[in-house]
Amino acid sequence: MFKGNFIDNLPKIYGTYTGGFLVFCLLMALLEANGVSAKTIGILFLVFTIAIYALIGILSRTMQADAYYVAGRQVPTVFNGMATAADWMSGASFVAMAGGIFYGGYTYMAFLVGWTGGYVLVSSLLAPYLRKFGCYTVPDFIGTRYGGNLVRACAVLVLVLASFTYVTAQINATGTIASRFLGIPFELGVWVGLISILLCSMLGGMRAVTWTQVAQYIVLIIAYLLPIFWLSNKFGFGFFPQFMLGDEVARLGELEAQYGLVKNSAADIKSAGVPGGLKSISVSHAGVAEGGMAAWKFISLAICMMVGTASLPHILMRYFTTPSVKSARRSVAWSLFFIFLLYFSAPALATLAKISILDPNLATGIIGKSITDVQAIGWVKEWIAVKQAYIADFNGDGILQLNEWFMRGDVIVLATPEMGGLPYVISGLVAAGGMAAAMSTADGLILAISNALSHDVYYKMVDPKADVAKRLIVARILLVVTGAFGAYIASMRLTGILGSVAWAFDFAMSGLFFPLVLGVWWKRATRQGAAAGMLLGLAAGTAYLVYVAPAFMGNTPWLGIDHLRFGLIGAPVCLVSMVVVSLMTPEPDAKTQAMVDEVRIPSGKTVL
Amino acid sequence: MSKNNAEAHWMKTRSLMFLTLAIWFFFSIVIFMFGSSLNNASFLGYPLAYYMCAQGSLGAFVILIFWSSGKQNQIDEEHGYGEDD
Repeated sequence: MFKGNFIDNLPKIYGTYTGGFLVFCLLMALLEANGVSAKTIGILFLVFTIAIYALIGILSRTMQADAYYVAGRQVPTVFNGMATAADWMSGASFVAMAGGIFYGGYTYMAFLVGWTGGYVLVSSLLAPYLRKFGCYTVPDFIGTRYGGNLVRACAVLVLVLASFTYVTAQINATGTIASRFLGIPFELGVWVGLISILLCSMLGGMRAVTWTQVAQYIVLIIAYLLPIFWLSNKFGFGFFPQFMLGDEVARLGELEAQYGLVKNSAADIKSAGVPGGLKSISVSHAGVAEGGMAAWKFISLAICMMVGTASLPHILMRYFTTPSVKSARRSVAWSLFFIFLLYFSAPALATLAKISILDPNLATGIIGKSITDVQAIGWVKEWIAVKQAYIADFNGDGILQLNEWFMRGDVIVLATPEMGGLPYVISGLVAAGGMAAAMSTADGLILAISNALSHDVYYKMVDPKADVAKRLIVARILLVVTGAFGAYIASMRLTGILGSVAWAFDFAMSGLFFPLVLGVWWKRATRQGAAAGMLLGLAAGTAYLVYVAPAFMGNTPWLGIDHLRFGLIGAPVCLVSMVVVSLMTPEPDAKTQAMVDEVRIPSGKTVL
Repeated sequence: MSKNNAEAHWMKTRSLMFLTLAIWFFFSIVIFMFGSSLNNASFLGYPLAYYMCAQGSLGAFVILIFWSSGKQNQIDEEHGYGEDD
């Protein structure tokens, strides 16, 4: 099946797969109608989809370095776009984003702008040139362009720090979903998630990850869009909700004014016994705060996420897999298109979820109803039982006020189908989608880390004479070790999903953005400059993070640059030290300059 | 291919990059400097700043990348660096 004209058959193969998946969903709906329990349906959804990914992963096994590291450089443009979109959209995008908008409104939506705008930087500054270069990993580019093991090691350090911060959050998300839907403890769920992730990537490396990511994209986009269209049509808000919820956004504004946006004091929350991490709605949905500081907070977060996007190795390495430079460039556009499909739906989902519980005219509304009635609703009972939702009757009137309803942001997407009164089969589908999103990103990240360790550290520094078989065995051992370490950290539950995801972008931005960009765009950039930039940028960013992060020293942020935005300190330090040191050292030799010239010409053979 | 040709190609590539980033800068940063005043206007029934960060800017980025990659292909072909798919 995976030989000969496999590439030509891709549309047919994935078309059949999509059809098969839809048939499976219908079958589940049929089972539900015939009285099969919700729990069984949830389990079937997870087990079936994970089994398919594992099958693809096993069929794509390989013992060739080119296939293992860059999928044989033959992934067609559009399919690479889908794979990148799955690689990109993490547990945070799928599970937490709509919840973030639900509670944070406009302010939170800086993430939407940041996580899409970064692709403009990827396509104009980096992707086509890195593809032309022909490297296996991102540190491979840094190491060859600047020359020497020191710069290579610095790049590996930044890569590992950024990707590892990110991957624990993904394994955490797989654990949350597995534990909720399989009914097992979280600590065990994390390991179930990890085994599923490794099944996809271990045997076939990048090749296996590519083809499972395409399959995961299809599942996650269906799972995200279907409930949105269904809810919107069910409530009669319009058949194309992304463009037709203007009235509902306005209605939310009215309801906010009617109920009042009250921010509960920490003391009240504590004395009412609200479980940690649960929030009530206290920020306007579409309103924009006045003033320069509010605008700066929005823009600074967007900048960090955009520049971080363009420096994250697990994304950049996806563009090493296309057949040509032209297709790498085109593929960035398709990636963003596939990402856009989910991101422009997230605000619609948040709006629908919010209005379905806020509006007293809808049968699903809970705010303003009697608390005893609300507590009797099935989904409310279930989420309260697992401490993901909470009701605190502050004023003791027995009526649920807006500030008395608490819920964890991360469960909004998972709970929306139930909030809106959709059949349980949709919840199972959404769980499968969330699992696909978290698994696909985790796979990309674990592969990025272990490839850098096996190719750049082991092969290029430790044992350059190792043969292909030995290199690929080392690569797999490192893959398992990286994953296990990530799962171990995740099982200790150190941070919420979002805090650490934003940190990954800031780390990558502090250490890698300028060395990568200037490597292509500034011939005068030297080895010493790059090393200084990476080390000082990373050190400055990390020091500032320790200084402001509430979990560490918790000092007052400077100019509103808090722990989510520490890349704004790291990246400028990186740029300045890189330029100054480069100008102080002799310019790169003729060979390096010729190499840069060669990278800038799109046609012809790769540089390496 | 001559050195001059490569240089001319790179100059055009660079201008396209600057133009692309200028448009990107407008949609990602400039408009959000004026978020609170933009929100008084509306588009498709949504407040404008809300609309732009919910989908307007996102869509602009998608179109921008498709456009600039097409433009870059033209530049490549003009200078004899075109590739077959």
